Amino acid sequence: MGKREEELRGESGREHVIGKSVNRVDAYEKVTGRAKYTDDLCGRSSYVAKVLHSTIAHGYVKSVDTSEAEKIPGVVKIVTCFDVPENYFPTAGHPWSTQEAHQDVADRLLLTRHVRYYGDDVAAVVAEDDVAASRALRALRVEYEELPFVLDVHKAMEDEAPQLHEKYPNNILAHTSIRNGDYENAIKEPGLTKVEGWYQTPTVQHCHIENPVCYAYMEQGRIVVVTSTQLPHICRRVVGQALGIPWGQVRVIKPYIGGGFGNKQDILYEPLCAYLCTQVGGRTVKLDTSREETFVSTRVRHAIHFHIISYVRPDGTYAARKFESWSDQGAYASHGHSIAAKGMGCFPQLYPCSNIEADTYTVFTNKSVSGAMRGYGIPQAMFAVESHTEDVARAMGMDSYEFRMKNVIPKGFRDGFSKNVNYYDSIRECMEKGKREFDYERRRREYAHQTGPIRRGVGMAVFWYNTGVWPISLETSACRMVLNQDGSIQVQVGETEIGQGADTVFAQMAAETLGIPFESVHVVSSQDTDVTPFGTGAYASRQTYMAGFSICQTAELLKEKILETAHDLTGQIKENIDIVNGNIVRITDGNHLMTLGELATEKLYSLTDNGHLTAEKSCQIKTNAYSFGCTFAEVEVDIPGCRVQVTDLLNVHDCGKLINPALARAQVHGGMSMAIGYALSEKLLFDEKTGRPLNDNLLDYKLCTAMDHPDLKTSFIENYEPTSAYGTKALGEPPVCSPAPAIRNAVLQATGTALNEIPMRPHLLFEEFKKAGLI
Amino acid sequence: MYDIKALYEAQSVADAIRLLREHPRAQIIAGGSDVLVQIREGKRAGVELVSIFSLDELRGVNLEEDGTLRIGSLTSFSHITKDPLIQKYINVLGEAVDQVGGPQIRNIGTIGGNTCNGVTSADSASTLFAWDAVIELTGPEGVRKIPIKDFYIRAGKVDLHPSEIQTGILIRRESYEGYAGHYIKYAMRNAMDIATLGCSINVKLSDDKKKFVDIRIAYGVAGPVPMRAVHAEAYGKGLPVSGETIRKIGDTVSEDIMPRDSWRASRAFREHISKVLCQRALTEAVRRAGGTVPDDLSGEMGGAAL
Repeated sequence: MGKREEELRGESGREHVIGKSVNRVDAYEKVTGRAKYTDDLCGRSSYVAKVLHSTIAHGYVKSVDTSEAEKIPGVVKIVTCFDVPENYFPTAGHPWSTQEAHQDVADRLLLTRHVRYYGDDVAAVVAEDDVAASRALRALRVEYEELPFVLDVHKAMEDEAPQLHEKYPNNILAHTSIRNGDYENAIKEPGLTKVEGWYQTPTVQHCHIENPVCYAYMEQGRIVVVTSTQLPHICRRVVGQALGIPWGQVRVIKPYIGGGFGNKQDILYEPLCAYLCTQVGGRTVKLDTSREETFVSTRVRHAIHFHIISYVRPDGTYAARKFESWSDQGAYASHGHSIAAKGMGCFPQLYPCSNIEADTYTVFTNKSVSGAMRGYGIPQAMFAVESHTEDVARAMGMDSYEFRMKNVIPKGFRDGFSKNVNYYDSIRECMEKGKREFDYERRRREYAHQTGPIRRGVGMAVFWYNTGVWPISLETSACRMVLNQDGSIQVQVGETEIGQGADTVFAQMAAETLGIPFESVHVVSSQDTDVTPFGTGAYASRQTYMAGFSICQTAELLKEKILETAHDLTGQIKENIDIVNGNIVRITDGNHLMTLGELATEKLYSLTDNGHLTAEKSCQIKTNAYSFGCTFAEVEVDIPGCRVQVTDLLNVHDCGKLINPALARAQVHGGMSMAIGYALSEKLLFDEKTGRPLNDNLLDYKLCTAMDHPDLKTSFIENYEPTSAYGTKALGEPPVCSPAPAIRNAVLQATGTALNEIPMRPHLLFEEFKKAGLI
Repeated sequence: MYDIKALYEAQSVADAIRLLREHPRAQIIAGGSDVLVQIREGKRAGVELVSIFSLDELRGVNLEEDGTLRIGSLTSFSHITKDPLIQKYINVLGEAVDQVGGPQIRNIGTIGGNTCNGVTSADSASTLFAWDAVIELTGPEGVRKIPIKDFYIRAGKVDLHPSEIQTGILIRRESYEGYAGHYIKYAMRNAMDIATLGCSINVKLSDDKKKFVDIRIAYGVAGPVPMRAVHAEAYGKGLPVSGETIRKIGDTVSEDIMPRDSWRASRAFREHISKVLCQRALTEAVRRAGGTVPDDLSGEMGGAAL
């Protein structure tokens, strides 16, 4: 056990705030409605901007007739795709790369003449109010030259398919491969069983409560953008790129945000809003996206088609495996191939095998743009891989739990690329705990041979995840702490609170390291690129892990300065004093020397030696950490009714030390909830004839309600992560990774029907149950 | 912000009729849970509205002297569900409207609005069809009463004359006395949804509970407007209460319904579900009417719960 781990386990006798379920620092603000979100902060006198979206899936805008719209009272400015600057910019919320080869694809304009999906951005209206803007949109007349379009990834790769982007023949944005060992030779081994499967995941949307919203105004010649974003510093850079202005001319402020789940890890309408502001003399312009626009014209999760072949030895070990996937990028590159590549990257790690051949393609289609979404390719990959694992075990006549136990990533496994090490036997520990708590074996026996219309089944699945993006990019985190007269501090970091509870765990970390009460830490929740230390924001599952380093280092630095001051004021040597619960204490005898408030006040106002105690550190992080776990699911299937109800669901995670157990559970609940919809009901549909999205609203897009959930159960293994400042690692995305295949495997146990497509909605069950002769 | 040209608030039924005559293009608004959505979508942008929302005289449920249940058109779904007269005589209507949307919609949405909207999926409509409801309309020429099946003309179009408002929904004593019913809403999730299919059935059994004296089977979303499955009803009348009868009634339903093929659900799927719902709702209606199904199909068909 390491020193810090020992401390955190409470074995050094100190009182700890880490590991306690303290209330969220923003709890009261949020439940009373006092917390200010972007729209709350925007003055009522702001102009309103609205975007005109294309009503064809592919083609060129020949003209936009604005004459009728301009006559509408209250219309201030109309900007069309013919008016905007030709600065192509990337939108992915990745850290910038100074090496051109590693930069994101710059394929977006503020408005476009070449429309590539139904819902692309053609023109924008600025008006005095909502009604005038809406009327103007309806009065705009667009003439198009229509081109053929393609909605299917496989068809898009054909030679005669319509091309979306010049530089990408066959619409292939990227293709990457993994070759380990010799697959072709390995499959010749005698006695192997071949198991093959095709798996399809759907296009889904994040459905955060707060739609993307931003407003922009000019101040002293600079543009200020207030926006509901996960990454203010990246937003500043992209606005600068899109407008072709120095990045320092842009200031981005991020208030509280109503969820992001990766959609706001892309730069959406901030550049357009900023540009429109410059076109109306710098007056405040607000661009609030409707739910329909959020569905169609922001970002969605990549639908991915998978093909997996496994060659299995009679003893249930893998001899050779093949993996192929085709990821539907939609119309623009956004996060591009990173998602499909991550999905493929986990394949050789989760169930190591000496002979692997893997290929993945990211392909443009004339559909809504796919970007980052909670899990970043892994929920898709886990549906395919863990459905396949179940199928393999069945083909081998083995229990799938035992099959996983036999083959899953071993303790000590080290990934060659990321250098991630599986320090503990995490997945097996999670599986054992889950099996026990879920009473899995008993239920599996009980449901083994059912007949009749209503049947139950249980299933499970494991998942692979990691925490940050090292070594794809060098992680960074910066922190600033400022001591107040009363001994309280402000903490600022570039890592953002997006509803997940980041501010609360940051406060816990700062309090823990400094030795001050949790209540004495004021986390500055809002990031402002003019004053907040540089950080790349909320993405991956990195906030707690990455910010932990800079918070730890900054707190140590501030503590050092405080103890120096204490030495000056008390004459005690530094080695004999410490900060305990907000007091300067002589640790040799526990004598209370002064409060931190007395120290801070004396230091600020001293007539002989005054000064402001502050600390700031910027740190590089050259580690990453695995985060593993599993799901156990029970379902009830109404066969004639073609419906699946999840009746029990348990997620077990090893995300290292829990900083705040209540928040950790809440994080897991949210991910499980998202995964139930992914498994059973959510799918964004596109009309085959026109490319038009059909269900771009919360009525027709079937997000699950509370009535569609069982009580969600969570459990944790707390293996202290040795690379982490506080023993913690990813938990933001992992909860959404394994429930869908677990539910699928439960349906398989209940009905004998292996569904290789999600969502397993009634339409699909009707067709599959008919094929299986069940109805 | 809604694009509304003018809002006229009626003070009485007569005042509402006067306002509608003065503003012939105006749209009536009650709870607004459909009209406001349409305005937001731009379909009725710039509309004039006549609000009847404050006409308390159109709220509540009464039992008239001849035993007719009178439901004021502005009665909200949640009030219908909790009303003691509804619970006593046609509880299934209260159960049906308790499946509309979520709690907020059920507090603001009215049964009059639900029926005047003219959509086939309205949770109240199939049950009102099943109970042979009569629609009361008040206009410049006075009051007229028409059977609900004549009120629905086509999808989105009801028989509401210019300057007329719906003032009540009537269920006659002979429609409910001795009947028991059940409604099943089939939707893609368990709340906040519109019906993919709705089936409301009520039955009257013989005194010994062994025979079907009468069966009324109504559907929503099995055609452009709510409908009755007349062949299936006729087939079952007089037959013994049995799993076999129930199965055959369910099979006969396909002669009556004409569901659409759409991206929301295929025709084949809706036909299948129509049959399943019919059998399940019928089994439960029999149970509620005090009967038992000797060769109960509920095991095979999965019971009444969906």
